[in-house]
Amino acid sequence: MRRAASLAENGTWWAPWIGGSLVGIVVLAALLGPLVVGADPNRQDLAHVLMGPSREALLGTDQLGRSVLARLVYAARLSLSLGAMAVAAAAIPGIALGLAAAFAGGWTDRLVSSLADAILAVPGLILVLLIAALAPGAFWPLFLGLSLIQWVEWFRMTRAASRSALASPAVEAARLLGFGPWHILYRHVLPDLLPLFGILGAFGLGSAVLSLSALGFIGFGLRPPTPEWGSMMVEMLPYWNEAPLALLMPPLCLLTLILGLQILARR
Amino acid sequence: MGRLVAILGQRLVQAVTVAFVVSLLCFALAQLLPGDQALQIAQRRYGDDRVTTAAAEAVRAELGLERPLALQLIDWMGRTVSGDLGRSLVSGAPVWEEIRDQLGATLALAGAALGLALLLGPVFGALAGLRPGGLADRAGMAAAAAFRAVPNFVVGLLLMVGCTVLFGWLPVGDSRGWLSLLLPALTLGLGLAATSARIARDGVVAALRSPFFAFARMKGLSRAEAILRHVPRNAAVPLIAYLAVSFAFLIEGVVVVEEIFAWPGIGHALTHAIEGRDVPMIQGTALMLSLLLVLLNALTDLALLLVDPRRRA
Repeated sequence: MRRAASLAENGTWWAPWIGGSLVGIVVLAALLGPLVVGADPNRQDLAHVLMGPSREALLGTDQLGRSVLARLVYAARLSLSLGAMAVAAAAIPGIALGLAAAFAGGWTDRLVSSLADAILAVPGLILVLLIAALAPGAFWPLFLGLSLIQWVEWFRMTRAASRSALASPAVEAARLLGFGPWHILYRHVLPDLLPLFGILGAFGLGSAVLSLSALGFIGFGLRPPTPEWGSMMVEMLPYWNEAPLALLMPPLCLLTLILGLQILARR
Repeated sequence: MGRLVAILGQRLVQAVTVAFVVSLLCFALAQLLPGDQALQIAQRRYGDDRVTTAAAEAVRAELGLERPLALQLIDWMGRTVSGDLGRSLVSGAPVWEEIRDQLGATLALAGAALGLALLLGPVFGALAGLRPGGLADRAGMAAAAAFRAVPNFVVGLLLMVGCTVLFGWLPVGDSRGWLSLLLPALTLGLGLAATSARIARDGVVAALRSPFFAFARMKGLSRAEAILRHVPRNAAVPLIAYLAVSFAFLIEGVVVVEEIFAWPGIGHALTHAIEGRDVPMIQGTALMLSLLLVLLNALTDLALLLVDPRRRA
């Protein structure tokens, strides 16, 4: 009973393996898929539209005769790379500002914290939509918007965790012994932060990929021929009866990735 | 009383911040979007074929569009904060008039989704939490984890296809009254229900293990009586605190779900305005949705004060 309860709270030893392999499948498909599949995701073949699985297109073709499998793996590549770039672009300033706020305190802390609050006050997707409106279909506003809403989370978590690490008796002792801020950063603060960064990274990648697909689904993602899971779903929706596999595969890929990342982030 | 004033003051600051951020972004949008603003407004006023350069210049002088950008920005923000949202570039009607009707549709959708989530979530959460580690707990929480991973637009997609297959028709827009509210509300509410089930379950488990629950049993209350008296209020505190966080997802979901189901609310108006490059409408709708979030957050603050006496000190 007690064992079951503690497992339910802390997760099981195999949960990270399941999460890792779900994410791993999608990452592998994104890395190797384009090499293995070989087909051009944008090559139309109007004589073979909405076909079932065949030797040329293992998962069939869409309404323009493009290979669904090729489009899926290129979409995985796009989602993962845009997501990872957005996370990196959010993490670096977020961590730096969080550490600066925690170490310096005072005005630095107040200034950056109120900037973070200002961005957090507006729902993230609306902020991304407003930025995406600048250049519909282009890559950079999506990237800019996604990293703009994500750095806040990195900043707040880094600041909170660093502050509690800085308040520990070990740091006080190190200060009394005459160690400088760099030593304290490396020895006492960063070891506390690293696991947190892993969780934030998995969570951030998941939400960036989700936002990208949601935007694609409502028609504010990347320009149409670009293979993207969200816009693939919308394109295939009218053909649910003729090509159910082509409609079900993009959400399935998205779900595999999101579920894996959520298990890894234990949310 | 002091707490109440402090909380409402904090939310007021948040509301002003929201107006500031949204109007700054929309001003940038108005400047950066291709096309001359004065010419666009003149086209709207006098019709596409009768616009002359002179008319555009008259509009420019009237609205002060030739002034330095900084002055225009201060003017623009001042008007936004004082509640003057301007006129739609597409219809020419005041933005507030356009939004007023859509606000009702959005509130109905968000309210239905929230009601659905609060109906399903805590019930399943309590069933799971009352016997931690039991079958209901494990099955229910696995289902909740799966539902949390399903993004709302995928839920919408599955519901649309499912509805078409089963009934042969699809309720889009508000053509079928409350029935057409059901699908978008389910789409929006299921994820929320899954997470609130998880939070409610953890709250119930924590309350059952607490010293005050053990004391209630020791002084002679039956288990059922102790649960009814002590668990709901204590489990409600984390649930309400979580709701405050999840409202941001609710508002984001409103935009997506209204677009999918063509629900005539503010989110739909926002995406429509972006497509039409109608900056005053973009600003009005984005502002309204963000202020809705602030309002919902203020309401959860009040609910927490009401439920948890420890916060009133």
